[in-house]
Parts: sequence; C-alpha cells; structure tokens
Amino acid sequence: MSIILDHINYIYDEDTAMAHPALIDVNIKIENGEFIGLIGHTGSGKSTLIQHMNGLVKPTSGAVYFDGKDISDPDFDRKALRAKVGLVFQYPEHQLFETDCFKDVCFGPKNLGLSQKEVELRAYEALKQVGFDDDYFYQSPFDLSGGQKRRVAIAGVLAMKPEILILDEPTAGLDPKGREDILGLIKSLHDEMGITIILVSHSMDDVADYVDRIIVMNKGKVAFDDIPKEVFRHRKELEEIGLAAPQVTYVMQELKAAGFDVDVDVTTLDEAKNEILRAFSK
Amino acid sequence: MIRTNKLVFEYIRRDEEGNVEGITRAVDDVNIDVKPGQFIAVLGHNGSGKSTLAKHFNALLYPTEGEVIVDGMNTQDGEKLWDIRQEAGMIFQNPDNQIIGQVVEEDVGFGPENMGVPTDEIWERVDESLRTVNMLEFRKSSPNHLSGGQKQRVSIAGVIAMHPKCIIMDEPTAMLDPNGRKDIIRAARALNSVEGITVILITHYMEEVIYADKVFVMDKGHVEMQGTPKEIFSQVEKLKELRLGVPQVTLLAHELKKSGLPLPDGILTKEEFVEELKKLKKK
Repeated sequence: MSIILDHINYIYDEDTAMAHPALIDVNIKIENGEFIGLIGHTGSGKSTLIQHMNGLVKPTSGAVYFDGKDISDPDFDRKALRAKVGLVFQYPEHQLFETDCFKDVCFGPKNLGLSQKEVELRAYEALKQVGFDDDYFYQSPFDLSGGQKRRVAIAGVLAMKPEILILDEPTAGLDPKGREDILGLIKSLHDEMGITIILVSHSMDDVADYVDRIIVMNKGKVAFDDIPKEVFRHRKELEEIGLAAPQVTYVMQELKAAGFDVDVDVTTLDEAKNEILRAFSK
Repeated sequence: MIRTNKLVFEYIRRDEEGNVEGITRAVDDVNIDVKPGQFIAVLGHNGSGKSTLAKHFNALLYPTEGEVIVDGMNTQDGEKLWDIRQEAGMIFQNPDNQIIGQVVEEDVGFGPENMGVPTDEIWERVDESLRTVNMLEFRKSSPNHLSGGQKQRVSIAGVIAMHPKCIIMDEPTAMLDPNGRKDIIRAARALNSVEGITVILITHYMEEVIYADKVFVMDKGHVEMQGTPKEIFSQVEKLKELRLGVPQVTLLAHELKKSGLPLPDGILTKEEFVEELKKLKKK
C-alpha cells in the first residue's frame, strides 16, 4: 500500500475572478508504515493536500495513485478508498452526533455495509484501541471531556480499519496532558498496529518528538521533505515561511554561541539534556 | 478591578427527559483580586473551571453563592449590566464565532455603535483600535479572507473600540498557528503595557504566561496555585499532577537538575538558561 501524488495542481474557484492556486506541482510518495509530520502555516495548502489523499478533492491536474491505481479512474472504488485512508478532521468531536459513544463509533463501519455483529465488534475494538473506558461506552458523547470526546471521534475512524490515518491538528485545544495522551495514542497506533500516520501540525515540538519524516508546505508547494534533523537544519528558511525549529534547537544554538561545545542539530528534549550533560562531563 | 468573594457556581445536570441527575460545582470558593493594570494568567486543564470563572467577570454567568465585583459594580446588579460588559470585554477561542461584520471596519465599529458613540468618534475609535492590533491595512477587507490570527486580532480591536478597562481572553490562541499566536500575545502585552488595560489571559500554552504579573492555576473549580510565573513554574511535578506542563526551557532545566546539574528552579527563558549554565561552567 502506498500513495503517490504525481504533479498535483489544485486551483480554488477555477474559472472565476477569485481563482487562486492552493497546490502547485506537488509530488509526494508515502510508503507503508511511515510516520509523517505535515507542517505549514495557515493557508499553506496542508488541508487541501490531505483531502487529495482520500479523494475528497479532485486535483485540477495531476494524478493520485493508491496502490498503483489512479483514484480518478471511473472504475476505482473511492468508497473503499475512504475506508482505507481515514481522515480525522480538526476538532473531530464537533462531528459526534449519536446518543451514546458506542453508537457513534458504529456509524462508520455500518455505512461500509458490514453485518451488525461485525460492526459492533469493530466499534468495541476501536474504542479499546483508543484506551476508552468500558464504563463510558453508553454515555452520551456530549458529557465527556474534550480529550475523551476526541478519543471517541478517532475511534470512529479507526473502526473503518484504515491503513493510513491522517490527523489534522489532533491536539488543538487540549491541555498539555491531553496533548501528550493523544500523541501517545497516535504513536501506539503506528508502532503496535502498523498504521501509516500523517500528522498535520503547527507544533514543531510535537512533531520532532514523534515522526520519522517531515513534509513542510509553503504557498502550495513542498518546501522540504526529509528526516526531522535535516529539515530543522534549515532554521532560517523555516522562519522565513512562518515556522520555527523546536525550542530546544534554539536553546542549543544560544549555548553554542555562548561558547559551549554542544551539537546544535538537537531536536528533542532528551537529546538536548544528554548533549548538555556531555558538555559538562568533559 | 475585578474581585471575587467566595465565588461558587453550580449547574444542574439533567438527563434526556429533563430529570435532575446531579449538581456540578464548576467554580468552588474562588477568591481573587485583580488590580488595575495587571497582566493576569489563568491556567488549568480542560474542565478545571477556567472558562466558567471567566464568564463571571463580565456577567455572562452569575454566582450561585458569593459575589463578583467589577470596578466597584456587583455583577448581579441588573442596572449595571451594560456598564460592566463595556468595561470588561471578552475574547473567545473561536474567531469565527465572534465576527459579524461584512467588512473589518464595520465589525470593529459594531460595539461602539451599540453604545451610542457619535459616528465621527466611532471612526476614530475604529482607526485607533485597528492600529493597536496592527490590522489597519485590512480595514476594508472581508473577514472571510483573513487568517485565524488576523480574525482574532479583529475581534480584539472590536473589544478595544469599546474602551474597556479590562480584557478577558479565553484561550484566544487555541485555534491559531504559531505566528498567529505570537501576534495575539504581542497585542495582549501591548494593550497591557502601553494602554494600561488590565488583561486576564486564560490559556493552555505555558510559554504565553511567562510575562504575566501573576498566575492562577485552577483545578476542580478552585484556585490550586497562585504566584508569579517563576514561583509557579518552579513546581514542575505539581503542575504535571494538574495535567499541565511548563515551558520547554523550564522542563529542560528541571531534567538537568534531576541529572545532577545544580540549576535553580523556575528558569523561564532561554536567555536565563544560558546565563545559569555559564555560571556553572565558571565554577
């Protein structure tokens, strides 16, 4: 399973006076089992990009291939694609609507036309995967805390058994503990279940700690596509496009400028700690 | 400026048929005193009662017990309602829910217009407020074409145009990207230091509170900790228990201290951090 975006262009409001390009010649290949961070400031084309990945939006030109097949081919089963490529939107809890959490999670698999038994089995599994407590299964989703609601919403997508899970700003609006919990959950979905993850985020600090590859979008184009260390080496360029390297990277830079012998390519807190301890042990 | 006296707020939970299921105490015995011109930050995890508390500050909610005094006016005094709302402006999390005008300058003028400010003065106030939040060049734009951070700054301009003495911001940056966040915090600090407006900032982002004069940490409806940012962020473990964190630099210093480097508690900025490490190196 892989997704290939091949020379994708997308123009909003084409053929009107408002026409403006949202994606310009985007080429990306996503392999099975990757954990990718997709970063860009507001309006950089991130959201438009992810909507291409499960066929919600059709490119103005270029093609999207899922497992080697062109998804805009009339014979292609786009409904199945949407089950395989799960999309968790921003503030997914706003889309909860059922009377209890369990029913809400059943909604997706039910629409795939599965038997009632299979639907319930999947819903149960999905709620377990997100670490949701049995006691709350039959509670109204509206009585839950923000973080719990978000878990239910993610479970709703997991119950479709996606091979790729795309999450748009999954930690927005949560408190620090809630953020850590949700990111931990996403990591376990990747590590334990082998789901390919695309994490859309504004927070470099979150991304640096978790992903293996970072794609940076700017003005509809792919600005960088590399492992975190390499991407964060371009601090200046990142700042120019309204982004930044993780905070610890800046701390290390200042330390270096102050005469400490430390590696400035550090991107996570643990690495920074070890680097400083090493510099002091000399 | 704002004082709460044994403030309690309870709401009744009901099931689908409307039967009472129980009572939740969202704000529990809160006594705080905000002085004019202060920059106050309120921290707390989701559901800790921060927003409920904030809604008492401009009479969107009324206390179940106790009282809230805004600039000498009791919020339960119905006659003072509009004076209170004008003096204590509120900014919410979602910029899209707060903008009503078709054009930026109309939106900003909406507040003063409702207060019966003469037309010429409305335009002056619109100019001046948009300039304060650095949005003057967008005055003729449609809010639909602005980014989240820009919309949020328009909302702030709308509040400033009413000439409030105090602005309460309830997670104003939660839905914004890092640049939008910086702009809002910069605007809030400028309002406080240049215009002398009292600011109450409610947030989940620890980095945003390091410049506050005083920080309140809420948990289960009551004030669990209060003090200067330095005092608060010296207690890393306690904050973690409260589902909160500390700025990354503070955390890094804390971890280093645990590993044996004799660093002081409550380092808030990277400049301080570098200075402290330099001192250590000299020894």
